[in-house]
Amino acid sequence: MKTAAKKESFSYRLWRYDGAPGELIPLLQSAQEHFGYIPRRAISYISGATGIPESDIYGVITFYSQFRLKPMGKYVIRACAGTACHVSGAKSIIETIEDELGIEVGDTSEDGLFTFLTVACIGCCSLAPVIMVNDDTHGRLTPASLRKILKEYRRKGRETTEGAAI
Amino acid sequence: MRTIVVGMGTCGLSAGAQPVYDRLRELAESRPDACELTISGCIGMCFREPLVEIRGDGKRVFYGEVSTESAEAIFQQHVLGGSPVQDEHLIYGIDENGNTFGEEKSFLDLQSRIVLRNCGTINPDSIDDYEAAGGYSGLKKALTGMTPEEIIQTVKDSGLRGRGGAGFPTGLKWSFAAGNQGAKKFVVCNADEGDPGAFMDRSVLEGDPHAVIEGMIICGKAIGAGFGYIYCRAEYPLAIQRLERAIDSARKKGYLGKDILGSGFSFEMKIKQGAGAFVCGEETALFASIEGERGMPRIRPPFPAEKGLWQYPTNNNNVETYANVPWIISNGAEAYRSSGTEKSPGTKVFALAGKVAKGGLAEVPMGTTIEHLVFDIGGGIKKGKEFKAVQMGGPSGGCIPADQKDTPVDFESIPKTGAIMGSGGMVVMDEETCMVEIARFFLNFTQSESCGKCTFCRIGTLRMLEILERITRGEGLPEDIAKLEKLSVQIKEASLCGLGQTAPNPVQTTLRYYLEEYRAHIEDHKCPAGECEALVDFIILEDKCVGCTLCARNCPVDAITGKVKEVHTIDQEKCVKCGKCITSCNFGAVVKR
Repeated sequence: MKTAAKKESFSYRLWRYDGAPGELIPLLQSAQEHFGYIPRRAISYISGATGIPESDIYGVITFYSQFRLKPMGKYVIRACAGTACHVSGAKSIIETIEDELGIEVGDTSEDGLFTFLTVACIGCCSLAPVIMVNDDTHGRLTPASLRKILKEYRRKGRETTEGAAI
Repeated sequence: MRTIVVGMGTCGLSAGAQPVYDRLRELAESRPDACELTISGCIGMCFREPLVEIRGDGKRVFYGEVSTESAEAIFQQHVLGGSPVQDEHLIYGIDENGNTFGEEKSFLDLQSRIVLRNCGTINPDSIDDYEAAGGYSGLKKALTGMTPEEIIQTVKDSGLRGRGGAGFPTGLKWSFAAGNQGAKKFVVCNADEGDPGAFMDRSVLEGDPHAVIEGMIICGKAIGAGFGYIYCRAEYPLAIQRLERAIDSARKKGYLGKDILGSGFSFEMKIKQGAGAFVCGEETALFASIEGERGMPRIRPPFPAEKGLWQYPTNNNNVETYANVPWIISNGAEAYRSSGTEKSPGTKVFALAGKVAKGGLAEVPMGTTIEHLVFDIGGGIKKGKEFKAVQMGGPSGGCIPADQKDTPVDFESIPKTGAIMGSGGMVVMDEETCMVEIARFFLNFTQSESCGKCTFCRIGTLRMLEILERITRGEGLPEDIAKLEKLSVQIKEASLCGLGQTAPNPVQTTLRYYLEEYRAHIEDHKCPAGECEALVDFIILEDKCVGCTLCARNCPVDAITGKVKEVHTIDQEKCVKCGKCITSCNFGAVVKR
């Protein structure tokens, strides 16, 4: 996921690593930002630079829901499944996305355009139900308005060929 | 010269503030002589986003639900012409005499704002704005005119209690960390606001990041720490971005770094991004995560004040707690005590969400009743439905039923209902919310977020979830209620951290107040609220169906019949209750009954 973190490249961060404690998670976040997910070789690089066993790194990756071991789609859809969204019809939103994209929560569509995830809360509760597509938030959704938004992303995604995953 | 302020919090942006801002920028650039354009964080009226405020002529006027078209009208008539646009977009204003007007008068006027003092008023990216609003004056006072003991005594006297949910006296906590010796000490800010339904901290970080930074530096001085971490969830990219800019500008102004304001005190800070684990809101798990490990809670004692982050004495508070500190230091403990109750002084920010008419942020004195919050400020229930309950404290909290709506919100009264104060999420529920389903929802959450360390939390929550799932499917067994009660007690007794110790709360409170609903599911196979799909029928409303045939084409079992442009019907014998008809209908004509 794109964040405001200093845009230092993954390789620079690895090179710069000076043994300071607590750098594993930022390194993994940087790897994910670079590759779009955490490939096997990134784990090896990090292990080599930090001396942390690959098994421990794998343990950390699988503990946190942010980290992905498989490539993600160009657009990562995070449907909010928080309390406010839940009572405002998140279920029908999630079902509509599954229907429209033909994938289930956790999957990536075959054309590589969409990855669909749920998230506990985006913090836009007053606009429930809400989804995030990459870093953009869409609120006050209905199945109909959602389908429009998805169509728009599909159109945009097919038009533009440049740009790596997310 | 008039100032145009566009609300650019996450809530504003997701409601469409960006195109409004872009259009206003084009317009403003064409007339630089007549106006200035700036941004602000969220003022709390999330239900009317996107918001545009026009300042000038001694007045502040707020427009809600602004589109690019209405922004143009506002620009021409108000910004250039000087007369406010008197239509449905004008929702709130303050005139030159300080009198307020507009239909959202009650929402803001009934609040008293300490934590949100600057949210929606200043530009969060401008340290000058923050200083002009009195910012960093608390820090100056603390660094140049107070000893660490005096700072701690002031915080103690103010009676400030931790706003993360537990309500531990902040001054006392600081004195523990101050009293312990260590080669290093740390100040940690918990911005891992994971409770679904809570967004107070996000709004504070996006709207007034310097208040949190200032509070942390003051804490550093008080306990003798030289470094601070803000642990912020990665789901809040805008908050992280604004915090980073705020830290940079504070460093440039000399509020961070070596020898701050010539006082000899040095302090630095860093943001750590969370990686998506609810349990990291628990302080020992949060430390493990900052240290780069799996975020698993550790056994206490030793408490963080003794051995916290990297085994050094650490003070950990949440965003709202730190945001209170500069105000307390500037205005004094007495002023803070003048609002709130004897044992819970000050104010509390609540995030109103769910079925409430006006969802947003409300800061009220402690001891305000739920009724006042939901009805007088929140405008009651959406669509005129019946108020059923509020859920407080997220997955660790519980449901407070409508007949206890006169309960005051403070650290003494809320726990008596079985719920907890929590960090301030208040999700309002109406007659159409099934309480068994809500309990299932929360157990599903805690079960998947359990870190797996304690057996009772790991396996116990799964067993509870299985029972709740079968009840909502109408397959509940008569002994299930007793089983849920027993498991609740066992999980609470045998879990190490707050997650497990509170996970059964949603089940226990719903069992306490809505036992009849559980019985209806188990014995009569009925869902009184009409929410559990297995126990309800899907029906097409005659007055809404236009006969587009979309639902019939989407139905996987051909249960829907009807001709083009005629009202369709669902064959209940064939219907498998998959919900495809509801999601495919563009007219909201399919409902559950």
